[in-house]
Amino acid sequence: MPAGLFHENYHTDERIFQTWFAKVWLIAFLLGGVLFPVFGSKYAISIMIEVGIAIIACHGLNILTGFTGQISLGHAAFMGVGAYACSILIGQAGLPFIVALPMAGAVAALVGMIFGIPSLRLRGLYLAMATIAAQFIIEFTIRRWDSLTGGVEGMLVDPGSIGPFHFDNHYHLYYLTFILAIAATMATKNIVRSRSGRAFVAIRDRYLAAEVIGVNVFRYRLMSFAVSSFFAGIAGALLAQYLQVITHESFTIHQSIDYLAMCIIGGLGHLLGGIYGVGFWFILERILEVVTTTLNSTYPDHMTWFVSIREIVFGFVIVSFLIFEPDGLAARWRTIRAYWKLWPFSY
Amino acid sequence: MHSEYLFFMQFFMSGLSMGSIYALVALGFVLIYKSTSILNLAQGEFLMVGAYICLSMTLDFHLNFFVSFLITMVFSVILGLAVERLVLRPLIGEPIISVIMVTLGLTYILRGLVIMLWGNDIRQFNIFPEQPIDLWGVKLTYLYIYSMGISLILLTFFAIFFKYARTGIFMRAVADHQTASQSMGISVKRVFAISWCIAAVVSSIGGILVGNIGGVGVDLSYIGLKVLPAVIFGGLDSILGAIIGGLVVGVLEFLSAGYLDPYIPAINEVFPFIVLVLVLMIRPYGLFGTEEIERV
Repeated sequence: MPAGLFHENYHTDERIFQTWFAKVWLIAFLLGGVLFPVFGSKYAISIMIEVGIAIIACHGLNILTGFTGQISLGHAAFMGVGAYACSILIGQAGLPFIVALPMAGAVAALVGMIFGIPSLRLRGLYLAMATIAAQFIIEFTIRRWDSLTGGVEGMLVDPGSIGPFHFDNHYHLYYLTFILAIAATMATKNIVRSRSGRAFVAIRDRYLAAEVIGVNVFRYRLMSFAVSSFFAGIAGALLAQYLQVITHESFTIHQSIDYLAMCIIGGLGHLLGGIYGVGFWFILERILEVVTTTLNSTYPDHMTWFVSIREIVFGFVIVSFLIFEPDGLAARWRTIRAYWKLWPFSY
Repeated sequence: MHSEYLFFMQFFMSGLSMGSIYALVALGFVLIYKSTSILNLAQGEFLMVGAYICLSMTLDFHLNFFVSFLITMVFSVILGLAVERLVLRPLIGEPIISVIMVTLGLTYILRGLVIMLWGNDIRQFNIFPEQPIDLWGVKLTYLYIYSMGISLILLTFFAIFFKYARTGIFMRAVADHQTASQSMGISVKRVFAISWCIAAVVSSIGGILVGNIGGVGVDLSYIGLKVLPAVIFGGLDSILGAIIGGLVVGVLEFLSAGYLDPYIPAINEVFPFIVLVLVLMIRPYGLFGTEEIERV
């Protein structure tokens, strides 16, 4: 292995995958993803669909919060917009899924931009509160607009299909989610490398300086809201296909907090942060599920004690990550890699 | 005409008493924000924990209501101290998102613990008499009047405390300028701890009052979020603003329930948040908050 990266021209410097090592791992990962349904159980596949959806949503949130520095506590609400938009477009307007999916993203992006308008004047804390308000207002609209969304009883989602693929089949849905998750990752990577991505980061780091060097802060903030909500909308539409019945309860403020927590655990402002965070979150969730069921069967008299283990553990995880590793798993991974790279001759 | 006036007054008075509880909780928000620049989104959980402890002392341990009230206060002081010392102090100087998120993490822990200890059901206090009394034609239960009274007494107490008491003046000094007050010999750490204690205490008093009105359940914690519009309306760093904001939001919530409900059912659930968005668009620093002026 080389002792470092030595770029001799701009072309190598701007490559996405800079070492053959990264390329090999990527190909192995893609192969694993493609072949997964062959040996994965039905349960494992449905979990992987959830993972893929969460990754798309987290990339969106990471663009907004991690790269642009705008705290959003309403991400799940934007997913809800996408989910309902897609299902309504398929079910009531009769559009084909392949048209309805991007349109759901667009509708979510539009709603996201509307709630992003306060970012003209607000930053930080105040903007976080505006997004909390967005969360509640959207949730309320979903719950009360009975004629369109089915109200509290929820809505049956017509399964979408593209050609021979019908997404009520979890194998087909798995591949769709997998492809879209990879597309979302690539899109995020390329947005961040582009002119707008650099503007986002400039706004995050010091927005006054960004304005001085000619970044139109309001425009790029709105753009960030739109991109983030577009991702959320796509993730929401997929979630609707996966759940098949959607209610407002899938898109509450708790989910919004969960997505933000995943991003923070993974590492805000790191491309792979969303993926690490989602992975960590789902693995921990499965472990806790096993622990809870074991405890329940061992102490059947004290069932009530274990109902909330999940919440407590996740609370502790969030708090301890923020105290001990505020840059998340991505930063931890980098330090580990840096340590082993030249081991044992680190000097 | 007369009945219309009564209709208005009915909602207005109920809103005022609910608003006085909001004002108490908002006071907790503002205190913490003023002295430590932290927006404590776990305030609602503080409120819920207080209500649950008081309820469990009264109903499960059959203590006198006032004894359990005092025990709750002691618990809240400990809770406030523990949270400040263990969770928030390591985060001094970290970006806003870390601080917001850590309080959200706290909400998970506290809610989980409450469900673990007390389960998921809504329980009633049933201490104050149920039948309403007639105030010039406006019917109010004793509860509403008590909670208004208690909140007003507490709010007056804190107003005097910040104006004249030594500790109160320290707290205002720290809020004004940390370094300066530190060089004058004020212990900033102690002031932080005291702010968290007071915030925990006032919110659990608020919790006990609300719990008496609507029963004690996990949903009580939503009050913490409902108070956000009040805090923003009054200005994040103004104690007077918190009080006025709380009252205004309470009244608006009940009036919207009275007048807009026929058109959009249950609009009162989100009305405070619509107000929040409007306030943020028009006057983000609120009625009495300090305006941050930036020039490029």
